[in-house]
Amino acid sequence: MLKLEARPEASKMMSVMSPVLALAITVVIGTALFVMLGKDPFRGLYVFFVEPVKSLYALTELAMKATPLILIALGLAVCFRSNVWNIGAEGQYVIGAVFASGAAMTADKGTGHWFVIVVLLAAVAGGMLWAAIVALLRDRFNANEILVSLMLVYVADQVLGYLVYGPWKDPAGYNFPQTITFLKSTQMPKLFSGFRLNGGVFVALLAVAAFWVLLFRTYAGFQLQVGGLAPAAARYAGFSSRKALWTALLLSGGMAGLAGGLEIAGPLGQLTPYVPAGYGFAAIIVAFVGRLHPVGIVFSAILMSMFYIGGELAQSRLGLPKSLTGVFQGLLLFTLLACDTLIHYRIRWQAARPLPKSTSATITSKASTATTGKGA
Amino acid sequence: MESFALLLAATLSAGTVLAFAALGLLINERAGIVNLGAEGMMLVAAIAGYATAVHTGNDWLAFAGGAAAGALLAAAFGVLVIWLNTNQYATGLALSLFGSGFAAFVGIRYTQEKLTERPNFHIPGLAEIPFIGPAFFRQHPMVYIAIGLTIALAWFLYRSRAGLVLRSIGESPESAHALGYPVRRIRMLAVVVGGACCGLSGAYISVVYTPLWVEGMVAGKGWIALALTTFATWRPARVLLGAYLFGGVTMLQFFLQGEGVQIPSQFLTMMPYLATIIVLVLISRNATFIRINMPASIGKPFFPGS
Repeated sequence: MLKLEARPEASKMMSVMSPVLALAITVVIGTALFVMLGKDPFRGLYVFFVEPVKSLYALTELAMKATPLILIALGLAVCFRSNVWNIGAEGQYVIGAVFASGAAMTADKGTGHWFVIVVLLAAVAGGMLWAAIVALLRDRFNANEILVSLMLVYVADQVLGYLVYGPWKDPAGYNFPQTITFLKSTQMPKLFSGFRLNGGVFVALLAVAAFWVLLFRTYAGFQLQVGGLAPAAARYAGFSSRKALWTALLLSGGMAGLAGGLEIAGPLGQLTPYVPAGYGFAAIIVAFVGRLHPVGIVFSAILMSMFYIGGELAQSRLGLPKSLTGVFQGLLLFTLLACDTLIHYRIRWQAARPLPKSTSATITSKASTATTGKGA
Repeated sequence: MESFALLLAATLSAGTVLAFAALGLLINERAGIVNLGAEGMMLVAAIAGYATAVHTGNDWLAFAGGAAAGALLAAAFGVLVIWLNTNQYATGLALSLFGSGFAAFVGIRYTQEKLTERPNFHIPGLAEIPFIGPAFFRQHPMVYIAIGLTIALAWFLYRSRAGLVLRSIGESPESAHALGYPVRRIRMLAVVVGGACCGLSGAYISVVYTPLWVEGMVAGKGWIALALTTFATWRPARVLLGAYLFGGVTMLQFFLQGEGVQIPSQFLTMMPYLATIIVLVLISRNATFIRINMPASIGKPFFPGS
């Protein structure tokens, strides 16, 4: 009979290996799925794991997809590390895009190229504002942040819908629900001609470094993490849990808003009802698969972007629905959580008959679970 | 007057969606487990139920299919959370994300399918009473089943020994374990039954309430159901009342649109979500009140011997 036994201390190796193992299991299930759907599994895997990195152009597209995921996941990592469950990053992203568009619309022909900074700052403010509602209601009224942040995603979508179908609709846009195409001065500079990649990717990499310093080299980051891991210890040390709540939510809201702003100032170039692309939810998976570590998040964001691009290619090449991406992303988080059990526990074979009580009592290790005999 | 009767009827139907899901989540939470995967389970159950209804033409088989889909996903969640000791919030979230992706993936070929016209249900005699008849007695049988389930669950929790054991596990799994109850098996059972209820809700949406299949059609009702259990302070009768209240808020937008109220439709669509936030704020304001009523072990893993 299989049995879980607590490890004396968390396994560092499993902590790194668990995402790899989870990816392997996801790939195995994915292969089985391709076979079941009557598709060549090798072509399926090729589309997901080779094509997105095959050419320079493919790589730049991959980096562009990864940019918002990295930015949002960095903020969420701080949240989850401080045990604040902000799952409404999607809404903060949308409001960030809305604020960025509001700023971008005020630009005219004479506006200088510096204006893109204003656009991005507006986006950060928008995301922060949306997250601040969550923080305020949690702090002041004890309202559950999971439910409030999620409800605000639906509200944000409706705000976006109202604007693009109503006051912000382009009068010369043949009645399509979209704003004007924003002027060049509101857009991030492109890195190379012929590619869509823009300076946003550097913003993301800078943010990775900044969050690494914040989390592991500052007192504020230390306080946040203690608050998440051991709330009692944090209280005893006098670390304010209210401050942690506000910091985590404002940071993650601002980052999600920035991601939305960069999409407006980059690949989108205008506000449409298609702004919500699920990045806010995918970033939750990115954060966990990246071990809530800034560097890990870069790798997991790249992986998640491969799922996105692979899903689009699977639709055009293999005739499979694009929603395959969501299946694989959800599956990856599911298997990751299962594999994470191995960080704190190891699997032991045990005879079907439980050990007599006297024998188990001689095992003095705190880790022994033999006393229950209720394995599986 | 006639339109008000129809509004009441629609409210009961919308409330039934929330009632099944919230009652299922109530069973979970009474055993100390929070399943944030409600939205995902409901979506998969919605497509499972819809596909069954399209292929068999039998609504009862469709409900069974939805319940089975919900129970199956809940079982996967339960194995992770109860036997592998994973974080309940993260695992539930994973279930929601997986469920919405999976339902969209499976459902793509059903977006064009239509269900054949179903006969309207009437309770003979009562349905003919003016106003009261059209409001209350021309409902789908599932509406009355939801009321029956509420009564049964209230009896189970407060009048039966098994219900007492379930509640004791939710309050203190350690004590229940010390008394010799198989805590993890009972929790698993509660999770699976709760998943089946969420499944019924999902199938009701796609087969009766809407009735058609659209990607993401549950539209946050799973999350609203989660809020409802808090709003109802974990009591079955209050869950049902809360469900009807929220059903009313959902229906009010169509009623107002029909009456020609000049508000952009987006603000009307927002109402159920804003109402959820407002209700959460009002009920959670008194932290002590919530703490007294909340099952004490909620969200906390129980792993004997560690």
